[in-house]
Amino acid sequence: MTDSQPTAAAPETLLASADMPSQRQINDEMAAIHADAEAREAAGAEVPRTLYDFAPYRSSILRHPTKNPRLVDPETIELFSPAFGQRDVAMIESDLTLQHTGEPQGERITVTGRVLDSWGRPLANQLVEIWQANAAGRYIHQRDQHPAPLDPNFTGAGRTITNDNGEYFFTTIKPGPYPWKNHINAWRPAHIHFSLFGSGFTQRIITQMYFPGDPLFALDPIYNTIRRQKDRDALISTYDHDLTVPEFSMGYRWDIVVDGPDATWFEPEGAH
Amino acid sequence: MSDTTETRTRRIAAAGAPTHEATAGQTIGPFFAFGLKYDKMHEVVFPHTTGAIVLSGTIYDGAGAPIPDACIEIWGADSDGTISRARGARRRDDHTFTGFGRSFTTDEGGYDFWTRNPGAEAGKAPFFAAIVFARGLPNKLHTRIYLPDDEELLAADPLLASLDEAERRTLIATRTPDGDLVHDIHLQGEAETVFLTF
Repeated sequence: MTDSQPTAAAPETLLASADMPSQRQINDEMAAIHADAEAREAAGAEVPRTLYDFAPYRSSILRHPTKNPRLVDPETIELFSPAFGQRDVAMIESDLTLQHTGEPQGERITVTGRVLDSWGRPLANQLVEIWQANAAGRYIHQRDQHPAPLDPNFTGAGRTITNDNGEYFFTTIKPGPYPWKNHINAWRPAHIHFSLFGSGFTQRIITQMYFPGDPLFALDPIYNTIRRQKDRDALISTYDHDLTVPEFSMGYRWDIVVDGPDATWFEPEGAH
Repeated sequence: MSDTTETRTRRIAAAGAPTHEATAGQTIGPFFAFGLKYDKMHEVVFPHTTGAIVLSGTIYDGAGAPIPDACIEIWGADSDGTISRARGARRRDDHTFTGFGRSFTTDEGGYDFWTRNPGAEAGKAPFFAAIVFARGLPNKLHTRIYLPDDEELLAADPLLASLDEAERRTLIATRTPDGDLVHDIHLQGEAETVFLTF
């Protein structure tokens, strides 16, 4: 290999971007890229929902492919996903407030939704993994140096398996926004990371769920790697008072739709 | 289990046009390790058992620097081409082959798996399906890691045949004298890996 010597880069909270631009400059860059994507689409080009080449997110500059992905027919292994089941997780792992001896600090929330394919069909037996900052905006990660308090009663990682209706349920704490060094005064909107699989490996997705009414949306380069407003809106959960548990937690609802033509693929009976 | 373009087209036609817009993907971010880590996640098979090999490599950025905060997942058939439908890909029991593995890169950008050489249907080139996630990478990237051993099968593969020689090299692993596999992934740069969409 002719590659340079290994040098481990630190994550965002430690690594200031080389130029440290102002928020205004980041906003201008985001507007220009969104306008360009829209123009390309209007001219008939296929533009992905999430823009890989998105310089306002400074860490992406050297980490996005420069060529268009090759369109291929998925082959057998790509038409299936790994199989998960109740054996893969313990029931308690869906309640992030019960993982320690005491109650975590912050606003207790219930998060629920359905995992669907592109035809709105629920996907049962799906592994859903989540991770998030605590109420003060601090991750339990050793490299997160944001000087907000760690919560000894909150780890911020959970997982569950969807039920027969494709539904998942989590009890957790509303995460706080946190600063990062993408630009001067950069703050991430509060969010929960979601990871799930779908019925084919082509549908594998990792994304982020946000909370309604966050003033940071328009300012955040990561949220805005998604170029269309309606796709960005689709990442925002809905406050649902019917989900709010009396004397206990606030309720948020968020559905996830996995992508791909292989959403039509179902295992023939007896294929096990 | 075979699936040709024709049957796939028929299947899609039968389902009709999609009614729901897919959710957009986002970066895995910098702090995924505590959320996604689990025991033996890179041990698709129990190490050093019969037929076990190591698949390893390094993930690089556009400046040729290794990426220490990436996550790669592989999903492959068993050596006879069987696709595992066994549950438990997350909680290893050390004997069931589930085909799925996850590896976080080290500070030097390295990943590794204990797995088996995947098989394929007759006449097809065997490969691992692979997905890369990383801080700074706005969404997942699909790719394939082909086994280098059968030149004839590789030559007949429709994807590989559509690529020029330099691109083709980015999808085919190298076999070591010990029988292991080494495969580097470049998100950008001269040796940029070929990524896929479906």
